[in-house]
Amino acid sequence: MNFLKTLIIGILAGVVNGLFGSGGGVIIVPALTALFAMEQYKAHATAIAIILPITIVSSFFYIQGKYIDVKIAIFAAIGGIIGGFIGAVFLKKIPSNILRIAFGIFMLIAAVRMVI
Amino acid sequence: MGIGGGTILIPALVIFLNIEQHIAQGINLVFFIPTAITALIVHIKNKSVCLKTTFQIVLWGITGAVLGAHIAVSIPAFILKRMFGIFLFFMGCYEILKGVKTKTGEG
Repeated sequence: MNFLKTLIIGILAGVVNGLFGSGGGVIIVPALTALFAMEQYKAHATAIAIILPITIVSSFFYIQGKYIDVKIAIFAAIGGIIGGFIGAVFLKKIPSNILRIAFGIFMLIAAVRMVI
Repeated sequence: MGIGGGTILIPALVIFLNIEQHIAQGINLVFFIPTAITALIVHIKNKSVCLKTTFQIVLWGITGAVLGAHIAVSIPAFILKRMFGIFLFFMGCYEILKGVKTKTGEG
């Protein structure tokens, strides 16, 4: 049973990470809390430990396919660092449920734009 | 807070900067690695990582990643973009649902 759980979570998170370059955590964190009765903070930390090697493997395929643009990646990294600071300072002041809804709405609008 | 950066970064790169879907996903993958290493060092020190479960899942995860990444690089960008859009739609619904369910300031 335990074997089956790890197999399904692993394959699913891996395929999503490889296919979409993101989103492994959305599967692993709830799966660990629900199926392995893990506390939230442990599930979060364990998910990162699982996703890191998965991401390295996925990156390898993207590099081989010449889909990694170093220049844009550097700009995005600089933006990410600045964003991280802004986030740490300002996002703390906004309740997380409001943020979730705001991000969710952004994601839905973006989803529609990408599909149409 | 636990919202994956990729579900925001990838659509932002694709929609606002007109970056090709594969490249946006590649950026997010590379972007994740240093961030995750930094976070992991802290988490392992705090003994927050369940190593047994990590090893049990990671092997299947890598198998899945080989499959998923292989599919991603083999299909044209406009199809991948649409598939990502559908994935993003469900993720968006999940975030909103979670935001509505949790009380202010939690999670």
